[in-house]
Amino acid sequence: MTEPILQADQLVAGYGAAPVLHGVDLSVPAATIVAVLGANGAGKTTLLRTLSGLLRPSSGRILLDGADLRDVRVEQMVRRGMAHVPEGRGIVAELTVDENLRLGGVWRRDQRDARLAKDEVYDLFPALAARRRHAGHQLSGGERQMLALGRALIARPRLLLLDEPSLGLAPRITAQIMALLRQLRDETGLAVLLVEQNVRSALSVADQGVVISLGRVVAATDAEQLRGDVGLRHAYLGF
Amino acid sequence: MDRFVFLTVDGLAKGAVYAAFALAIVLIWRGARIVNFAQGAMAVATVYAAFSVTQATGSYWLGFAAALAAGLILGAVVERAVMRFVSHTSPLNAVIVALGLVLLLRAVLGVFYGNEFRPVETPFSRTGITVGGVSLLSRYDLFVFGAVLAVVVLLALLFTRTAVGLRMRSAAFAPEVSRLLGVNVAGMLTLGWALAAAVGALAGMLVIPTELGLHPNAMDLVFVSSFTAAVVGGLDSPPGAVIGGLAVGLVLSYVSGYVGSDVTPLAVLALLLAVLLIRPGGLFSGIRTRHV
Amino acid sequence: MTAIQRSTLLRHLAYTAIAAVALLAVTYSLAPFRNYQLATAAAYLCATAGLTVLTGLNGQLSLGHGALMAIGAYTVALSQNRFADAGMTGNGILLASLALGVLAALLAGLVIGLAAARLRGPYLAGVTLAVAVAVPAITTVWAGVFNSDQGLSVYLEPPPAGLGYDFPLEQWQAWLALAGALLTMLLLANLVASRFGRSLRAVRDDEVAARLSGINVARTQVLAFVVSAACAGLGGGLLAVLTQSVSPGAYSLTLSLFLLIAVVVGGLGSLAGAVWGALLLVLLPDLTHSLAQQFTLSPAVAQRLEGNLPLAIFGLTLIVVMIAAPGGIQGLVRRLTRG
Repeated sequence: MTEPILQADQLVAGYGAAPVLHGVDLSVPAATIVAVLGANGAGKTTLLRTLSGLLRPSSGRILLDGADLRDVRVEQMVRRGMAHVPEGRGIVAELTVDENLRLGGVWRRDQRDARLAKDEVYDLFPALAARRRHAGHQLSGGERQMLALGRALIARPRLLLLDEPSLGLAPRITAQIMALLRQLRDETGLAVLLVEQNVRSALSVADQGVVISLGRVVAATDAEQLRGDVGLRHAYLGF
Repeated sequence: MDRFVFLTVDGLAKGAVYAAFALAIVLIWRGARIVNFAQGAMAVATVYAAFSVTQATGSYWLGFAAALAAGLILGAVVERAVMRFVSHTSPLNAVIVALGLVLLLRAVLGVFYGNEFRPVETPFSRTGITVGGVSLLSRYDLFVFGAVLAVVVLLALLFTRTAVGLRMRSAAFAPEVSRLLGVNVAGMLTLGWALAAAVGALAGMLVIPTELGLHPNAMDLVFVSSFTAAVVGGLDSPPGAVIGGLAVGLVLSYVSGYVGSDVTPLAVLALLLAVLLIRPGGLFSGIRTRHV
Repeated sequence: MTAIQRSTLLRHLAYTAIAAVALLAVTYSLAPFRNYQLATAAAYLCATAGLTVLTGLNGQLSLGHGALMAIGAYTVALSQNRFADAGMTGNGILLASLALGVLAALLAGLVIGLAAARLRGPYLAGVTLAVAVAVPAITTVWAGVFNSDQGLSVYLEPPPAGLGYDFPLEQWQAWLALAGALLTMLLLANLVASRFGRSLRAVRDDEVAARLSGINVARTQVLAFVVSAACAGLGGGLLAVLTQSVSPGAYSLTLSLFLLIAVVVGGLGSLAGAVWGALLLVLLPDLTHSLAQQFTLSPAVAQRLEGNLPLAIFGLTLIVVMIAAPGGIQGLVRRLTRG
């Protein structure tokens, strides 16, 4: 079996005295979409922040492509192929669409390919192309999500951490984004760790699902099984 | 009429210096959300460095270059060795630490150079060029305008057209997100301080020869006037800093010329109070809150 | 007055009385120069106590308290000299001059406080910085009255005849300054313990919450400024009496920064810290002087070193304290006595 692109073992992390994550194990195979589900405050966002290095775990191990991420600084993650689109999208409101996209590729040595990637993003999101000189704060919610996603893609990541992409978006746009994730998985082998409150849309696109409750993993199976497990859904996912 | 023209030109020349210094203040404010109260003392230190180099080599321009280099180094050192460790629990902390830095710098300069006023020569003549019987700009005034214009243009280009500038702006607006995108946010902050200190050094080199002379406290009033200029333009606005600087320069020049030069510090105080009471956000207050 | 308020007041009065008696005894055992230093420290204490309440408890950073001391000092100088010219001398006049000095500084504090009531953080610091730079300029603009850089000498009546023919001047000055300092400390201690004191802290900690709980924020800010200005004025007036002179150079921006250092190093917000700070202001130059004397230096270098070493140490201390021990000396004392 090929190595998973991301492997997390017994992660304990939190802010201040009490940890939020209590020994989380996680495995993301390459070219797979894994949905991370759970109630508010379960620790989903904390998990992503710990994986991308914004938060240092107090114990546990994170392996990206087999390499231990201990002591790797946040700024290095994108160079190793991990892109994190945080909660709230994190587009830089004061910069234009084009500048935001350029920012996604500014670390790259191969600037020609970065520019190529930018053009590909504009092809993927014509709405962004039409508004490339507009400032970030002038965009609608859906456009911001597209911008955040596009910006992450410019780095040509192999693993994408997505925190609640559907928040505040119309169902149609959410469906478009989910479809895009599937397309990227199929065409480029992108692995996605998708944190979502919208369980239905997440499970509709995910290959696997991980359910987190109070900082612990309570289920980790195929998405198919999760969709079918009514008891689990009732207990942790609210439907 | 002659007097008015003279005061206007003089005011603009001084204003150009205030504009540059205000830019330095705004640069650090945008990057670190701190008003660097040590900006003046740091500038004076770099001018002393230039003074020493000029004395040793006999070349004004080598000294000038030394000042800019000293500015870059001093700015980076101050950020890395001092400001980085200041806790941000209260906005007062950074101000107080900066003031400690002011005293330390002044004292060190006083020990090495003494507290006397040292006259500093200008590289160009300060006598006005007469045009149509009216004494207008001097060569030195042209030099000042040119230098400040160059700085403003270079900074504008740097921030809007280069990758480094993009990184610096991004690091200032959204530090966490920028780190996720691979931007060395800490490094950009240091770079910002270095640049600001270099701009301050330039302003110091331009203004000190026109005043009483080089002295550890020489930039106090310039700092206050430039701070006023930055506030007038809005602390978040670089174009505002430039216009604010020119405006403050003009106002102070007219006050100094028509009322008396001793009154200048009082005029600055009055101007600052007026702006803060009438339009605290500055004339160009735009985005005051940071979007996430 | 509630029972608690009365007991706090009585307690403060008792402390003040004990301190007064103790200090009185001390002045008899000190050499004249030491009495002079004690007097100077007491004068500074008036200013540092007011500043620590303003900045530490109320959160308003003022870089202009040196200027407020100057206003008190110059008022006392002018008053004493005018009265002396008119043939009126005596310690009642001295009291009147000091009162005028306090009043003048109080009014200046009112003006600045009103203007700055809505300013926060760096904006307030900037305005008070501008005040510190501007006020010395007044002596040049109205040079006829204030005699510009050269300053004025201050007429001081010798100690009252009742104390004895050769009662040391320095001891008398120490009594005057200590009286002022004790009065200031008493007033401030009561203020801090009162409801107004709680309002001060509430506004510092969370302005919005304070306003929602009914505190008139603007009024609190202005009052805090006025009170601290009055204290600074008293301190300045006492300094004028001690040094028997006033000049703009003695009340420059550097003094304002020294006062700030004193309260930060002593412990922001703590009256005991203000005492440490005032002592520091007086003793450190003394220490550095003896230090400089240890090395045989050319007179020029020695002079430079002597003038600047206290500054360097102050500046460095300020940086180190703010980063490593923001609670200052009093914070360390508290930590040691607790643990």
